[in-house]
Amino acid sequence: MSDILTITDLTKTYASGLKALKPINLAIRRGEIFALLGPNGAGKTTLISIICGIVTPSAGSVVADGHDIQADYRNARMKIGLVPQELTSDRWETVWNTVRFSRGLYGRAPNPAFLERVLRDLSLWDKRNDQLQTLSGGMKRRVMIAKALSHEPMILFLDEPSAGVDVELRRDMWALVRRLRDSGVTIILTTHYIEEAEEMADRIGVINKGELILVEEKKALLSKLGRKQLTLHLQAPLAALPEGLGAWRLALRDGGQTIDYDFDANARDTGVAALLRRLDELGIPFTDINTQQSSLEDIFVSLVQGGKEARP
Amino acid sequence: MSAPRFNAHGVWAIYRFEVSRALRTIWQSLATPVITTALYFVVFGSAIGSRMGEVDGVSYGAFIVPGLIMLTLFTESIFNAAFGIYFPKFTGTIYEVLSAPVSSFEIVLAYVGAAATKSVVLGLVILATASLFVPIHIAHPLAMIAFLVLISATFCLFGFIIGICSNNFEQMQVVPMLVVTPLTFLGGAFYSISMLPPAWQTVAYFNPVVYLISGFRWTFFGQGDVPVVTSLVATLAFFFICLGVVAWIFRTGYRLKN
Ligand SMILES: Nc1ncnc2c1ncn2[C@@H]1O[C@H](COP(=O)(O)OP(=O)(O)OP(=O)(O)O)[C@@H](O)[C@H]1O
Ligand SMILES: [Mg+2]
Repeated sequence: MSDILTITDLTKTYASGLKALKPINLAIRRGEIFALLGPNGAGKTTLISIICGIVTPSAGSVVADGHDIQADYRNARMKIGLVPQELTSDRWETVWNTVRFSRGLYGRAPNPAFLERVLRDLSLWDKRNDQLQTLSGGMKRRVMIAKALSHEPMILFLDEPSAGVDVELRRDMWALVRRLRDSGVTIILTTHYIEEAEEMADRIGVINKGELILVEEKKALLSKLGRKQLTLHLQAPLAALPEGLGAWRLALRDGGQTIDYDFDANARDTGVAALLRRLDELGIPFTDINTQQSSLEDIFVSLVQGGKEARP
Repeated sequence: MSAPRFNAHGVWAIYRFEVSRALRTIWQSLATPVITTALYFVVFGSAIGSRMGEVDGVSYGAFIVPGLIMLTLFTESIFNAAFGIYFPKFTGTIYEVLSAPVSSFEIVLAYVGAAATKSVVLGLVILATASLFVPIHIAHPLAMIAFLVLISATFCLFGFIIGICSNNFEQMQVVPMLVVTPLTFLGGAFYSISMLPPAWQTVAYFNPVVYLISGFRWTFFGQGDVPVVTSLVATLAFFFICLGVVAWIFRTGYRLKN
């Protein structure tokens, strides 16, 4: 069995009547890092909350490692760890007590050695006797992660783990997520930071207005949807683009010093060779040339805006 | 590894968390009822009680002890249990309990169990305080403990319901202040129902609190306003009604889940 989580026809309509999830079908593979991308209000947290048992689904089913999340919620939930989007904490509890609490709550026998390892991994060991209210926001987020890991879950949900986190902690967290993945944990994260998905994920899902509009291997996604940009640095500035170049989507910038050509990297004929020939014919010399792959961010924006055109 | 049928670790985690929360404020929690009890004794026990003579063959000071314990027990049980579940709802930490492999029965057991533990301790502390003012003889000590535990559990369940249904701190106070305290005062906390005019006695028997106080008083003095079996049945009925409401709340996910 290669899928660890199977979501079938899952829908959610809140009491307000808002359809937060149109039927969602998604399978998460064992051991992968799956990034769920989507704008504010897309339904990411709703989806995660249903899987974790915090929100009741309107219809559909979710099976986690062979256990239905409703019929067999005990076994399903023991497999799942959740780091929620919002920071909440029991102000007066100590780090150690709150992590020990989480482990017990999930039905696991005490294991101080394991909890020590988790806290050390997250650089929280020195803070173990500190009250949560005395910790900084970043530290609190680490505590939330430690709580989620305290019962040794096989599936870990990270709902916007890098919100309000500085660069260093983000790097630490990415490293931790990779270590977890290497130890066999499946990770599903939501994020607004495209570079996070780009850097971390094996697969990417894009959700918008409750609809999963795309699920793809990251690499395939980048190359399939990726557009490239050719940049030509001219020897002498042009006042305007000459008539003879009308066949290409070009833009002149830097005071006429640079020409940008936007093209589909996967097209059989990218038009690059012809463009260069034409420039030669027109006697427009250039000093430098380079191409750039469009980032996930560009892909994402174009998808969510629903346009077929990748760039304005 | 497959999940156990009963998540004992989970229940213990919540129970322990709740008890340690109570222990953090143990002195405030105990000081208020102790001082209140002492004041009641100064006013009712000594100042008024000395002119009252005996009620049902018991000195007035001793007579009011069970009612006094109930008075504090009712409100404290309701408030503590209400707060215990309201607070995580308020701060958002409830997400963890909702996403954990604990059943609703286990959640109730842990939260209500912890609140009831505090109530029982509180009841015993008030009893100890009272014994400094009047000599107290308990006719049926085991029955006394049993009633104390049952009534604490019942009112904690009641409080748990209020905590779940409350959207702010004021709502949590309404029922204890506006309903329970008046019913307790009118329910024979400080007098025997037989001291009322016959018409009012009939009215009094519609007050459920009468049966609770009467039962608890029976464990002290061997007699109450109603037969002890009636009290026991009434207390159990109240207990199971609360239990039923809690079960309904969880089955429908009312106010805990979206
Ligand atoms: N309890 C609720 N009652 C009613 N509507 C809700 C509730 N929670 C969320 N919603 C709505 O459901 C939609 C999806 O919300 P959700 O929190 O799942 O989005 P999200 O993708 O996580 O957004 P963000 O990136 O801002 O965290 C939004 O329109 C939101 O307003
Ligand atoms: Mg969200």
